[in-house]
Amino acid sequence: MTMPANDVAPGAGTAPEVLPPVLTVEGLRTHFFTKAGVVKAVDDVSFTVGRGEVLGLVGESGSGKSMTGYSLMGLIDPPGRIVDGRIVLDGIDLRALNAEQLRHMRGNRVAMIFQDPMMTLNPVLRIDVQMIEAILAHEPVGKAAARARAREALVRVGIPSPDERLEAYPHQFSGGMRQRVAIAIALLNSPDLIIADEPTTALDVTIQGQILYEMQKLTRETGTALIWITHDLSVVAGLADRVCVMYAGRIVEQGTTEEVLSHPAHPYTRGLLDSVPANNERGQRLKQIPGMTPSMLELPPGCPFRERCTYATVECAASPPSVAVGVQGHTVRCFHPLAA
Amino acid sequence: MLVFIIRRSMQSVVVLLIMSLLVFVGVFAIGNPIDILINPQADQIDRERAIAALGLDKPLWEQYLVFLKGALTGDLGRSFVHATSALGLILERMPATMELAIAAMVIAVTLGIPLGLWAGLRPNGIAGRTIMAGSILGFSLPTFWVGLMLIMVFSVMLGWLPSTGRGPTTLLFGLIPVSFLSWEGLRHLILPATNLALFKLALLIRLTRAGTRESLLQDYVKFARAKGLSNSRVIGVHVLRNILIPIVTVIGLEFGSVIAFAIVTESVFAWPGMGKLLIDSINLLDRPVIVSYLLVIVTLFIFINLIVDVLYSALDPRVRLTDSKG
Amino acid sequence: MSTVLPETPAAPAERAAESPFHRIATDFLSNPVAVVGLGMLMLVVLAAVFAPLISPQNPYDLSQLDVMDGRLPPGSKSPTGGTFWLGTDDQGRDMLSAIFYGLRISLAVGATATVLALIIGLSAGLTAAYVGGKTETVIMRIVDIQLSFPAILIALILIAVLGQGTGKVIAALVTIQWAYYARTVRSAALVEKRKEYMEAARCLALSPLRIVFRHLLPNCLPPMIVVATVQVAGAIALEATLSFLGLGLPITEPSLGLLIANGYQYLLSGKYWISFFPGVALLLTIVSINLVADQLRDVLNPRLQK
Repeated sequence: MTMPANDVAPGAGTAPEVLPPVLTVEGLRTHFFTKAGVVKAVDDVSFTVGRGEVLGLVGESGSGKSMTGYSLMGLIDPPGRIVDGRIVLDGIDLRALNAEQLRHMRGNRVAMIFQDPMMTLNPVLRIDVQMIEAILAHEPVGKAAARARAREALVRVGIPSPDERLEAYPHQFSGGMRQRVAIAIALLNSPDLIIADEPTTALDVTIQGQILYEMQKLTRETGTALIWITHDLSVVAGLADRVCVMYAGRIVEQGTTEEVLSHPAHPYTRGLLDSVPANNERGQRLKQIPGMTPSMLELPPGCPFRERCTYATVECAASPPSVAVGVQGHTVRCFHPLAA
Repeated sequence: MLVFIIRRSMQSVVVLLIMSLLVFVGVFAIGNPIDILINPQADQIDRERAIAALGLDKPLWEQYLVFLKGALTGDLGRSFVHATSALGLILERMPATMELAIAAMVIAVTLGIPLGLWAGLRPNGIAGRTIMAGSILGFSLPTFWVGLMLIMVFSVMLGWLPSTGRGPTTLLFGLIPVSFLSWEGLRHLILPATNLALFKLALLIRLTRAGTRESLLQDYVKFARAKGLSNSRVIGVHVLRNILIPIVTVIGLEFGSVIAFAIVTESVFAWPGMGKLLIDSINLLDRPVIVSYLLVIVTLFIFINLIVDVLYSALDPRVRLTDSKG
Repeated sequence: MSTVLPETPAAPAERAAESPFHRIATDFLSNPVAVVGLGMLMLVVLAAVFAPLISPQNPYDLSQLDVMDGRLPPGSKSPTGGTFWLGTDDQGRDMLSAIFYGLRISLAVGATATVLALIIGLSAGLTAAYVGGKTETVIMRIVDIQLSFPAILIALILIAVLGQGTGKVIAALVTIQWAYYARTVRSAALVEKRKEYMEAARCLALSPLRIVFRHLLPNCLPPMIVVATVQVAGAIALEATLSFLGLGLPITEPSLGLLIANGYQYLLSGKYWISFFPGVALLLTIVSINLVADQLRDVLNPRLQK
C-alpha cells in the first residue's frame, strides 16, 4: 500500500502503556426515532483512545462514524438520542453531566472539526470574533488576552499575516486556510481530544496532504489525542496509530493500523482494502464489494454485512456476531474472520 | 464603501429623472394638462395666463424643462381647492404621515422580530403555534376594518384612547411638528400606528420564523455549539446576524408600502397626513395635488431603496467586498 | 435544532399508485385547520350564490324597507314578524340580508378581477418565457416596475384617472394583479422549458401554441393555483378598502366594503353592528381563503413531498 510521505512516522511514540486512556467508550448506542422507524445509527460501539494517540474511524457514508463523533460531543438532537453506553473523558463521565456542564466540556476539553469549513465558519462574522468567543466562553480572560491567544493559534497552524487575517471574513480565505482556522479554533483551549470529521474531504488533494501533516505535527507537539473520521483508508494508513472500521453502526474490526491493514480479519475490511485502486493491478478489473449498503431502517437479521459477504453462512443470518478478541487488542465482529 | 454609496446615489438620481419623465408624460402628453393643472372654474383670461405660465403652448421638451424646474423649485401648480401651492400642501402634511409610518414600523419591528424568533425556535410549542395563527389573522384582516374595530373597542367601549385626529404637536428640533413627544400627542398616535403596524407585524413574524428555522439547520450553528458557546450567544449573535440581512431588506422595502397604506389609516382615524389629503383631492378632483403627491412618493421610494441598498451592504460583508473589487 | 439525520431510504412506493389529484386531496384534508378553512369557504360561497333565496328580506327592494326600522340593534323584531338577527342599518335594511347580497358582490368582483388578471398574466408570462429575447426583457421590466409599487397606490391613481364605476374598479384590480401572475408563470415556465419533455415536443415539430398550451401550461399550474387563491383574497380586501374610501363600487352595487363605510359614522354613537357584522363576514371570507391557500401551497410544493 502506498503511504504518503511523512516526516513523522506513524507508530513513533504511541501506545502509552502506563497512562490511562483519555477517552473510553463502552457500549454506545445512539438511536433516531423517526416516523419511518428507529434508526440505530450507533449500535454498541466501544473503543478507547490513549493520550496523544491518533485513532482512525473508517467507514462509508451511513456507517455511523459521524454520528459517533456527534454523540461524543453531545450534539445529537431530537429525534435522536443516546440510549445507552458510557463515555468517559479523562475520568469524567460525560453522560452524567447536565447540559450546562457538558457545554463547558465542548470546545474546552474536547473539540471538533467539521468537513466543510465554509459552512462551519459563520460568513457574516469576522475571524477574530469567532475565535475570541471560543476562548471567552470557557475562560474569563480579557478580550486583549484572548485576541493575543487567537493570533498565536493562527501562527501555529501556519497562517501568514495573522493580524490582517484576524480582521478578515471567512469568504476571503481559501478552503485550506479556512480549515487551518478551524484547526486553530479547535486547539485554542488545549483540549485533551480533538474529533475531526472528514476535515480534508472537501479540499484539494495537495492541500489535503498539507493539512494531514499539520494536524499530525500539532497533535504530537501538544499531546492532544485525535479521532480522525474518514471514508478514505489511505488517509488512515499514514496518520493513525489505531483503526476502527465501522459498518451499519457497528465497529466490525479494531486494532493497530499496521495489524488491521496488513492482516484484515473482517471480510469488509478486506473488501475495502482490495477496492483501493492503488492496490489493484493495471489492466485488471477494479475489485468492488458487491451489493449496496443496507438501509438503516431495514437491516437484515443477523450480521448486517451478510448479504454482501462471500464467506457468509447460515450462522451469519441467525444472529449478529459478537466481538471476538484476537492478538494485541485486534478485535473483530465476525463468525468467520479471515485467516491472518 | 464610500464609492459604493456615491455610485448608488448617482443611479438613484438617474431613476428619479426617469420617473419624473414618466409622470410628466402621463400628465402632459397622455392626459390633458389643461384639465389637470388648471382650475376648471377659471375664466378665459386666467386660463390663458395659466397656460402661458405653465408653458403649455410650448413644445413638449420645453414643457418638460419647465416641469422639472417647477419640481425643483417647489412649484407644481396651485391646488384648485386650497388655492395654495400644491407641493407646499403635500410637504406640509408630510411630517404627520412620516411620523405615523415610522411609529408603525417601530412597533412592527420591536414586536415582530422577537415573536418570530420565538416561533422559529419553538415551532411546535403552544406559543409558537399561536403566534403563527395570529400572523395569518394579521395579514388577512383588512386594515381599515381593524382600524374601525380598534376605535370601537378602545375609544367607544373602553374610552381609553381618542378616536380621531392628531391632537397637540410639539416641535422636534424646533422645526418639525411631532406627536410622540407629548403624552396627549402619544395617545392620539397609538391607535393609528398600531393599526398600520399590524400587516407588517404579521409579515415580519413569518419572515423571521422562516429565517430562524433555516438558520438553525446551518453548519455554523452546529460549529458554534461544538465550540461550547452558550445558547444565548448562538442565537443572539450567530443566528440573529444572519437572519437580519434579508429582514432589513424587507423592512426597507416595506417601508414604502407602509407610507402608501397610511392612506387608509389616515382616512379611518382622520389623521391629517398626505394620504388623507390624497383621498380628499381625488374626491374633489384637485389634480395638481395628486400630481404633487405622486412626485413626492416616487422620490421617497427611490430614496428608501437607496438607503436599503447601503444598509444591506453594511450588514453583509460578502456584498461589500466584492463590490469594491469590481 | 441543528439535527443531523442519518440517511434514510425513500418513502414507501405505495404513493405512486394514487392519481395526483387523489394525493392532493388526501394531503390537503390531512390538516384539520385547512379543512375548517375549506368548510368556511364553502359556506361563504353558498351564501353568496343563494343570497336571494336565503335572505329574510331583499335589502334593495325599496318597497320592503321602512326607515322607521332603521338602526335597530341585533335581535330586534321586525314589523312583519321576523327577526332582524343582526340589526338594521340607517335605511332599515336587515343587516343579515345586506351581508348576503354584499358577499355576492364582493366575491363576484374579486373573482372576476382575478380570472381576467389570470388570463392576461398567464399570456404575458408564458409569452415572455417562451419567446424570450427582447420581448421577455420588456415584459419583465414592466412587471418589475409595477410590482415595486404598493397595490393601493396604483389602484388610487387609476381610479383618479379613470373615474369611478364597477368596470373601472375591476380594471384597476386587474391591472394590479396581472403582474404577479406574469412573474410566477414565467419563473415556472423557465424551469419547465429546460426539461426534456419540452425538447421532445419541439423535436416533434409541434406548433408553438400547442406546445405552450398542452405541455408547458399544465406543468406551470400548481404555483399559479396558490397565487391565484391568495390573490382572490387580496382583491376582495382591496375592493373593500376602495369602497370604504368612497372610491370603489357605486352605491348601486353595495359590496361589504360599502356596508362597512356606511356604518362608520354610527360607530361613535355605539351602533356598532352596522359596520361590525359586514366586517366579520369579510374577515371570514378572507381568512378562509388564506387558510386554504396556505395548505394548498404546502400540498402542491414538490419539495415538501418526501
